[in-house]
Amino acid sequence: MTNTLSFRRRAVNNVMLSLTAVFTVLVVGSLFVILGYLAYNGWHFLNWDFFTKLPTPVGEPGGGMANAIVGSAKMLLVATMIGVPFGFLGGVYLSEFGGEHGLFPFLVRYTTDLLNGVPSIVIGIFAWTVLVRPRHHYSAWAGGIALGIMMVPIALRSTEEFLQGVPNSMREGAMALGASKAWTIFTVVIPAAMKGIISGMMLDLARVAGETAPLLFTALSSRYWSKGWDEPTASLPVMIFNYAVSPYDDWHQQAWAAGFVLLALVLLVNIIARGVLSRATYK
Amino acid sequence: MATSQAVVRPANRFFRRVREGNEIAYTITVICAASILLVTVLLVFQLWNNSGIARHKFGWSFIGSQTWDPVNEDFGALPLAFGTLVSSALALLIAVPSGLMAAIFLAELAPPKASDVLTFLIELLAAVPSVIYGLLGIFLLVPILKDHVVPVLKSTLGWLPIFSGPFYGYSMLAAGLVLAIMIIPFIVSVSREVLLAVPVEQREAALGLGATRWEATWQIVIPYASRGIYGSIFLALARALGETMAVTMVIGNNPKIAMSLLAPGYSIAAVIANEFSEASSAMHAASLTELGLVLFAITVIINGAARLMMLTTAEHAK
Repeated sequence: MTNTLSFRRRAVNNVMLSLTAVFTVLVVGSLFVILGYLAYNGWHFLNWDFFTKLPTPVGEPGGGMANAIVGSAKMLLVATMIGVPFGFLGGVYLSEFGGEHGLFPFLVRYTTDLLNGVPSIVIGIFAWTVLVRPRHHYSAWAGGIALGIMMVPIALRSTEEFLQGVPNSMREGAMALGASKAWTIFTVVIPAAMKGIISGMMLDLARVAGETAPLLFTALSSRYWSKGWDEPTASLPVMIFNYAVSPYDDWHQQAWAAGFVLLALVLLVNIIARGVLSRATYK
Repeated sequence: MATSQAVVRPANRFFRRVREGNEIAYTITVICAASILLVTVLLVFQLWNNSGIARHKFGWSFIGSQTWDPVNEDFGALPLAFGTLVSSALALLIAVPSGLMAAIFLAELAPPKASDVLTFLIELLAAVPSVIYGLLGIFLLVPILKDHVVPVLKSTLGWLPIFSGPFYGYSMLAAGLVLAIMIIPFIVSVSREVLLAVPVEQREAALGLGATRWEATWQIVIPYASRGIYGSIFLALARALGETMAVTMVIGNNPKIAMSLLAPGYSIAAVIANEFSEASSAMHAASLTELGLVLFAITVIINGAARLMMLTTAEHAK
C-alpha cells in the first residue's frame, strides 16, 4: 500500500511531523534555557547578605534586598486579604446561589473575565487614581490593593469551577438529612472542593507575586526600610526592573540574584499547587 | 413537643432562620460577587474622568498625532500605538506557527504521558513573571541578536526596508521576539485542548481514506478545530498588546515611527510604565491615563472576540 503513496506525500508527511517535534523541543527547551541561565547567573551572585542587608549606594559593593523581600511579603499579604475572601465568596455565590442563567450572574461572570483580561499596567493607573493621587503619597497599601484587585477574578472563577465539580448527590444527601442550604454549602460542598480551591489561590498568589507594572506607581520603591504600611515600599519585581535597566554592573548582579529568588519561589509554588491539583478529587 | 412546634413565635422563627443561615450566606456572597461589578465600573469611570483634560485638549487627534513630547506638552498616541501593534504582530507571526506545531505534536503524536509532562513544563513557562523575561531579554537575547543574528540578517536580507538602518540591540525586533516567547505557552496549551477535543472518528475516517498522518491533521483536524485555535490566537494577542515590563526593557523607548524592525520603538504600555511616576504635569498624567483607556478598550474588544470564538466552538462541538 505504502508503495502507491507518492514520494512527495510521504516526504511532506515525514518533514512536517518531524517539524512538530522540533518545535516542541524548542518551546520546552526555552524553559530550561531560562531556568539554567537564571540559575547560573543568580546563584553566582546570591549570598547571605542578599537576604539580610539593605541596598548599598551606587558604587559601593555588597548589600542586599532585605527591604524588598519584606516589602513584597507585606504587599502580598494585603493582596491576599482582598483577593481571597472576595474571590472565594463571589465564587460560592456563582456556583451555589447564582445558577447558570439570569442577568446578574451573567454580568458577574462577564465582568470577571473582562477584569481578568485588563492589562496589569491599567490596574496600576486605576489604583493610582483612587489610592495615590488623593493622598499625595505612594504606599504599600496602594500596591497591595492593586495586586488584590488583580487576584479577585482568578480566585473567583477557580472557586466557582472547583465547587461546580462537586457532585450534586452530595448536596442532595446533606439536605435530605435536614441541613439547611447554607450548612450544606459550608460543611459539605466547600470542604469537598477545598484542595482545589486552595491550590487555585496559591497559583493566583504566585501570579501576582511576579507582577511589576501595577506597583511602579502605587508602591513605587525605596532603598530603605519602610515603616508601617503608608510609605513608598520596595518589592522584588520592581527592584529587578530598576536594577536591570541601570547602567551599573553590581546592580545587574543583584538583579540576577533577585530574579533567581523570585523565579524559584514562583515555580516552586506552581509545581506544588499543580501537583496537589492533579491529585485532588474534585477539580 | 407537637404543640410547641405548631406555635412558633416570631422571635424564634427569626433565630431559626439565622441558625439556618441561608439569607446571611446569600447576602454576604452576593455582596462579594457584586463588588467585582463595582470595581470594574469604578475603573472605567476613573480612567475616563482622570483623562478628561487630555481628551478635551486633543480630542480625536490624540490617536492620529505623531508627536509624543512631554516637555512641550504635546501628546499623540500614534507612534506608541504603532509600536504596540507592530511588536504584537511580529510576536504573533513567530508564535502562531511554532505554537501550533508544538500543539499538534502534543495532541496528535506524543504518547499521552509524555504529552502531559511536556504540557506541564510549557505551562510553567506561562508562570514565569514578565520582569524575568525582560531581564533575560536585556542580558541574553539582545547580545545574541547583536553579535550573531542581526549581522547575518543584514548580509542576506539587508536590502529589505524592514531590516535597514543601524542596530543598537534595543529594538522592535527584540520586543517582538520576547513577546513571542511569552505568548507561545498560551497558544500551545489552549490549542492542544482544542485539538484533543476533536472526535477521534474524524482522524480515523481521513486515515481510512488513505490520507497520511499529516494530511489528516492539516486538512481535517485543524479545520475542525479552527475556531478554537483562532480563539487561542486572540487571547495571546490580547496578552501581547497589554504586556508591559518585558517590552519596556527591550524595545528601546523611542517614540518614533520607523520602517525598520531594527530601530528602537515604544509601546503604549511601556510609555505608561516609564513616565507615569514622573509625570511632569497634570496634562502629562492625563494623557498617560488616556493611553491606559485606549489600551483598556483594545484589550476588552480582543478578549471579547476571543471569548465569542471559543463560545461558538463549544456549541459547534455539541
